[in-house]
Amino acid sequence: METLYSVFIDPFVQMFELPDFFLQVLWEGLVSGVLYSLIALGFVLIFKSSRIFNFAQGIMVVFAALSLVGLHSFLVPFVGNEFVAAAIAMPLTLGIMYALAMGVERMVLRPLVGQPDIILFMATIGITMFLIGFGEFVFGGENKVMITEALGIPTGSIEFEPFGGFLLLEEKDVFAVVMAIVLVVSLLVFLNKSAMGRAIRALGDDHTAALSVGISLSTIWVLVWFIAGVIALATGIVWGARAGVSFALEVIAYKALPVLMLGGLESVSGAIIGGIAIGLLEKIFEIYWGQPLFGGNTETWFAFIFALIVLLFRPQGLFGEKIIERV
Amino acid sequence: MTVMDPTLEEVKRRAEEREVLLDLENVSLSFGGVKAITNISFNIKKGEIRAIIGPNGAGKTSMLNVINGFYQPQEGVITFNGEKRSSMKPHLAVSQGIARTFQNVALFKGMSTLDNIMAGRATRMKRNMFWQMLYWGPAQREEIEHRKKVEEIIDFLEIQHIRRTPVGTLPYGLQKRVELARALAMEPELLLLDEPMAGMNLEEKEDMSRFILDVNDQLGTTIALIEHDMGVVMDLSDRVVVLDYGRKIADGVPEEVQSNQEVIDAYLGLSH
Repeated sequence: METLYSVFIDPFVQMFELPDFFLQVLWEGLVSGVLYSLIALGFVLIFKSSRIFNFAQGIMVVFAALSLVGLHSFLVPFVGNEFVAAAIAMPLTLGIMYALAMGVERMVLRPLVGQPDIILFMATIGITMFLIGFGEFVFGGENKVMITEALGIPTGSIEFEPFGGFLLLEEKDVFAVVMAIVLVVSLLVFLNKSAMGRAIRALGDDHTAALSVGISLSTIWVLVWFIAGVIALATGIVWGARAGVSFALEVIAYKALPVLMLGGLESVSGAIIGGIAIGLLEKIFEIYWGQPLFGGNTETWFAFIFALIVLLFRPQGLFGEKIIERV
Repeated sequence: MTVMDPTLEEVKRRAEEREVLLDLENVSLSFGGVKAITNISFNIKKGEIRAIIGPNGAGKTSMLNVINGFYQPQEGVITFNGEKRSSMKPHLAVSQGIARTFQNVALFKGMSTLDNIMAGRATRMKRNMFWQMLYWGPAQREEIEHRKKVEEIIDFLEIQHIRRTPVGTLPYGLQKRVELARALAMEPELLLLDEPMAGMNLEEKEDMSRFILDVNDQLGTTIALIEHDMGVVMDLSDRVVVLDYGRKIADGVPEEVQSNQEVIDAYLGLSH
C-alpha cells in the first residue's frame, strides 16, 4: 500500500505542493533535453545523407572541445589576451572540424562507397579510436576546464520567485538553450530553404536520383560531416562549461541513442522533440521516482527503458513512418 | 500524316546532314565475367530523337548508364560535343549537359514537385556554400532566378496543379512527368529517357509522346530514348539502334530497322 502511494500519489502531491521546485526540475530537464536534441541531430544528418550510423559523434564532441581549449591555451602566451586568443581559437577549431570532415570523406567514406552499412559503421568506430588516440597525443589526456569566460559565456545566475517560491537559472544554461535553439532553427532554415539543403534532403531521399541530377556525393558528405562537427563543437562548449572537458564527455553521445530510438534515425523533428522529451522525463523521473524509490542515479538508464517501452507500442518510433511492405 | 511523306532517301539525307553530338566507338562493358555490352559503336546527332530498342536484357539501360557516367566501360572511346571523355562521374555528365530519367521513376519521394525540379538545378547553382548557408544576398537572388526557370518548365509540362504535392503521393503517370521536368530543369543538351512510357495507359502515352516531341522541337533538346512500345518508337524517333545480347544488330531510320530480318528474328525469339 505504501509503495503504491509513493508510486502513484506522492510524486504528484509534491509537484503540486512545491510548484517552484517542479519548475526548477523542468528547467534542468529542458537544458539537458536541448543538448540531447543537438547531438541526436548530428546523428540524423549523417544518417539521412549517407546511411551511416556515426559512432564517432560522441568523440567528435570531445575532440572539438579539446581542440578549442588546447588551441586557446597554446595561443594565450602569444597574444597575451584571453579574449583575443579565444577569438582566434574559435575559427581555427572550426577549420579543424572542416579538415576532419574532409579527411573522413577522402580516407574513409570514399574508399568504402557501396560497402554494406555495417562496414561503414565499423569504420566510424575506427574513427572514434583514432580520435581518442590522436586527441590524447596532441592535447593530453587530463581533464581541462572549458574557457567559458574567454568565450563570453555568462556565468552568473538569474533568480525568479514564481508562486512565492524560488527558481534559479544558471546563465550558462540559458546560453546553452538559446544557442541550441538558434542552431536548430538555422539548420532547419538551411535544410528547407537553401539549394545545398535541398541537395542534402535529395541525397537522403534517393541516392541514384541525386547522382543523376548532378549532386556530388563528396561535396555533400563533407558538408554534412562539417555540420555534424559544428554541432559537436557547440555541444562540447556548453557541456564542457557544465562538466569540464574530458574524454568522459563522449558518453553523452550515447544519451542520443534512446532519442534516436524514439524519434527515428531519419526525422529531424523527431530528434528535436525526442531529445527534449527524454531530457524532461528523465529528470522528472529521477527527482520524483528515482531518488525516493531507487536511491537515485536513474538518469543513466531511464531513457533506454523508456525508449524500449515506447517501441513495444510503436515499433516505428514516435515519428517514423509505418513501413508497409508489398509482397 | 501530312500532305506528303518524305521518301526514305530524303529522311536519310536529312539525318546525315546533322552534326554528331555523342559518338560511341567500340564500347564494351562487363561485370566480372558477364558481358553487358560488346563492341558497340553508334552516334547521336544534334537535334534528333534517337531510339535504342531491343529485347529485355539486351543492354539498353547499361548503354544509358555508360553514357551518363554511372558505369565506366572497360573499352571504347566516347566523344561528347567533340571532346573525348576519359573517366566520367554522373555529376560531371550533368554539368556537361546530359540529363536522364529512369525506368522505374527515381524521384525524391518525400519532397514536393517544386523541390524535386529545383533539385535538378543543383549544378547550375553557382554561389558558394558560404552564401548558401546564410541563404541571403546573392544566394537568394540566384534562387529566385532559378525558380523562374523552373516555373517555365512547370508550365511547359502542364503540372502547375501539383506544384506543392509530395511526389510520392502522385499517380505514376504524373511522377514520370515530374521526372521529365526535373531532367529538363538541368537544361540538358542530351536527354536520356529510359522507358518514359512504361506502365502508362494510352492517354498518358499520348501526352508523354506530345511532350517528348515538344521538348525536341521547341527546346531543341537532343533525345535518346529506350522504349518497348514499337508504335511509339517508330512514330517519334528519327533513327533507331537495335541491341540484342549486348551487341548492335541494326542501326538506321525506322523504316529500315522495321524491315531488317535480324531485328525481326530477335524480337520473335529465333534461336541463335
